[in-house]
Amino acid sequence: MVDHALDTFPRLLLHHAKVRGDKPAIREKDLGIWQTWSWSQVADEVRAFACGLAELGFKRGDNLAIIGDNRPRLYWAMTAAQCLGGVPVPLYQDAVAQEMAFVLENAEIRFAIVEDQEQVDKLLEIKGRCPQLQHILYDDPRGLRHYIQTEIQSLDEVMEMGRIHDRNHPDFLDGEIAEGRPEDVSVMLYTSGTTGQPKGVCQTHGAFITAAKTGCEFDRLGPDDEILSYLPMAWVGDHLFSYAQAIYAGFTINCPESGDTVMTDLREIGPTYYFAPPRVFENLLTQVMIRMEDAGAIKRWMFRYFTDVAKRCGAEILDRSPGVTAADRLLYALGNLFVYGPLRNVLGMSRIRVAYTAGAAIGPDLFRFYRSIAVNLKQLYGSTETCAAVCLQPDGQIKFDTVGPPAPGVEVRIADNGEVLVRGQVMLKEYYKRPDATAESIDDQGYFHTGDAGFFDPEGHLKIIDRAKDVGKLANGAMFAPNYIENKLKFFSYIREAVAFGHARDTVCAFVNIDMGAVGDWAERRNIAYSGYTDLAQKTEVYNLVLECVERCNAELALDPVLSHSQVRRFLILHKELDPDDDELTRTRKVRRGFIAQKYGVLIEALYSSKPSQFIETQVKFEDGRTGMISADLRIMDVKVFDAAAGKRAA
Amino acid sequence: MSGRNIGEPILVVEDISLSFGGVRALQNVSFDVREHEIRAIIGPNGAGKSSMLNVVNGVYHPQVGTVTFKGETRHHVDPHHAASQGVARTFQNIALFRGMTVLDNIMTGRNLKMRTNFLQQALWVGAAKREEMAHRRKVEEVIDFLEIQHIRKTPVGRLPYGLQKRVELGRALAAEPELFLLDEPMAGMNTEEKQDMCRFILDVNDQFGTTIVLIEHDMGVVMDLSDRVVVLDYGRKIADGKPDEVRSDQAVIDAYLGVAH
Repeated sequence: MVDHALDTFPRLLLHHAKVRGDKPAIREKDLGIWQTWSWSQVADEVRAFACGLAELGFKRGDNLAIIGDNRPRLYWAMTAAQCLGGVPVPLYQDAVAQEMAFVLENAEIRFAIVEDQEQVDKLLEIKGRCPQLQHILYDDPRGLRHYIQTEIQSLDEVMEMGRIHDRNHPDFLDGEIAEGRPEDVSVMLYTSGTTGQPKGVCQTHGAFITAAKTGCEFDRLGPDDEILSYLPMAWVGDHLFSYAQAIYAGFTINCPESGDTVMTDLREIGPTYYFAPPRVFENLLTQVMIRMEDAGAIKRWMFRYFTDVAKRCGAEILDRSPGVTAADRLLYALGNLFVYGPLRNVLGMSRIRVAYTAGAAIGPDLFRFYRSIAVNLKQLYGSTETCAAVCLQPDGQIKFDTVGPPAPGVEVRIADNGEVLVRGQVMLKEYYKRPDATAESIDDQGYFHTGDAGFFDPEGHLKIIDRAKDVGKLANGAMFAPNYIENKLKFFSYIREAVAFGHARDTVCAFVNIDMGAVGDWAERRNIAYSGYTDLAQKTEVYNLVLECVERCNAELALDPVLSHSQVRRFLILHKELDPDDDELTRTRKVRRGFIAQKYGVLIEALYSSKPSQFIETQVKFEDGRTGMISADLRIMDVKVFDAAAGKRAA
Repeated sequence: MSGRNIGEPILVVEDISLSFGGVRALQNVSFDVREHEIRAIIGPNGAGKSSMLNVVNGVYHPQVGTVTFKGETRHHVDPHHAASQGVARTFQNIALFRGMTVLDNIMTGRNLKMRTNFLQQALWVGAAKREEMAHRRKVEEVIDFLEIQHIRKTPVGRLPYGLQKRVELGRALAAEPELFLLDEPMAGMNTEEKQDMCRFILDVNDQFGTTIVLIEHDMGVVMDLSDRVVVLDYGRKIADGKPDEVRSDQAVIDAYLGVAH
């Protein structure tokens, strides 16, 4: 049970200010130097912030939009709103103005706290659609000096107002904090909306504190841990790790200097606790591999030799499983000295005790690689609606294709149609102003329908295969799980995105996006000249490279009795990268299948015909909102398929 | 843009004529630049734009004419003197130290402001250390301003062109100039890089009140950025005024469309 006195985030903050007031709570790198705020300083700042908001008329029940990169003041804004019984609503900072308009309207935002001029401009652009927006408070004044709009105000000013307010009414804020209850909504996170409009997920203090407590106890996180906060604040993972858990356990969060310096900042901070989506782990490894190819012969040999040793026994040593020979242990110790240790250091992972990945499937080779060099990388499963805390992999019981057993206090059941159902304290209170959606996703017995399809393996670990609604059937009745196939394709470093089609069709076909970094480097090493993505994607050599990957994917699929019919028969490489700005991906980079199928209908028809190529012209949106056209003649390639029996023999 | 107070002329060039042997690069060119304004110099290739900038900061010495900067009239300006008076510039072809990091390159922009001597700096004692810390802070502000934190420690030679241009801007900014001469800051850039550069130029002008003279070919950029435009053609001034006026000027249209001379 949650301690009664510490059942809301503002109370937890005050608690830490009292018991570890001078310990670092948050750091930010500014002008090249890490600046630190202690817990008591943070409590003071939040106090000024909250009083300033109250002075401006922010009331209990109001929603506060927060838009920007991970900045200390934006995190404080969350607590400040919560102090007053309001609800912070973090938005994705890279969303274009029009996408923000929906949330601002839906959540009836009167107050918004934004990072800089860029965000102020966006809000002013949509001000017409959102007349209720009265206050835009900004953190960084650069470029905003001459804005004359009355609704714009700097945070410094507001905090100064707050300090005066606090001096005149010293009991005001404590009274407001005392009124907070654990069943109050603590945050509203909008789901990325793979389908339809985004929905505001209302989570309570109780739910997030339970989720934080579960995670902290599970991995023994304490006040001495450090985390780098670099993922979007609007994403449930960041809210759990950098906000809920940090305030629950009292550990330090570190805000990077800018989005581009994350790697350097990671190395400087050396966090003990780390979270990244699989994509980040993959990019890191790709960079290492590229740099290794440029290294001297001796280093290359050492790297290859010792990564082979690690592959053989590294993960087992990390899991403390028996059966590793003394010779292997000795070699591994040597490897640790010469290769793994320095490599972890370069990656900024020297001090990591626990690292998590989630949000998408992680490639088995990738996952094993990190574990084999003694980075305790684990997977978890959860969603915005469940505080990202449904399943966690316990130390020593790690499997690459499952997400672990249900977390303590969470009930998980598989419905008859294969959908994963969840019940527990970490569940959402409701979808904001959407009783219909709430009723649809929470059944009479109180189970939340996750929309994911999965099953438990014999040891009770949950295995997720796809979105339940995406799982379809081929014309011959065989199961078709597009995500599963796409993930298999994306595990190849040359393939960045893939979209598989096959529901109600005879065969499976796919679109592929090459990975510009990996394929570009590959091409340069072979002296293949190219001008840009569109050009590179259509090179014969690149097509052959991708063909090889797809064939290997088919060979693996052939081994699976359920999915052997899902082998990819034909594919093409798209002429542009799928992009959230063009609505093809969600902000969390999940493919929007329906939209893509509609937009590229001609290409799909061409895939299912016998045409060798297809011409297409596509509109693209640039970052500043202007549009342009890209056209190309796309080649389509046939792929060898393996029969299921052959696959079995090969196994 | 409304908040800037454009002041009195800070730079006046009068009746400048410059020739190299028989080539007359500039003929009787006069114009002024007011404090805090953004002044563009445009014109076809070989019109004498870069030569004009070189005259202002003393690289070329005109045969006739004077340059008045902050009330001080000179016939012969010398580059070192110009720099110490607060004139900084960037070049059409990037002129950075390719083997040095971004940080070190920008630090060289502080060179004229360093007061400690070689020996003190070599020994890294007292005053030299304090001075370097103060300069480093200023340089970090420039890095923050130009959003190049991620390449702070990267050797300039490894950077793409657009970023090198930005570093060059940074080095000039580190000198805290009053007059900023930009020679084709957006040449060879893609649309996005151009937009970034435009924003930085406007921000420099707005935040530090720096007076800016820039040479640019992209007419869209010139029209958006500048307060007033000088147009040169074959070394002569053919127009001078607000962007709209200049755009509709017949002589300018002829020069750009290439009417027979």
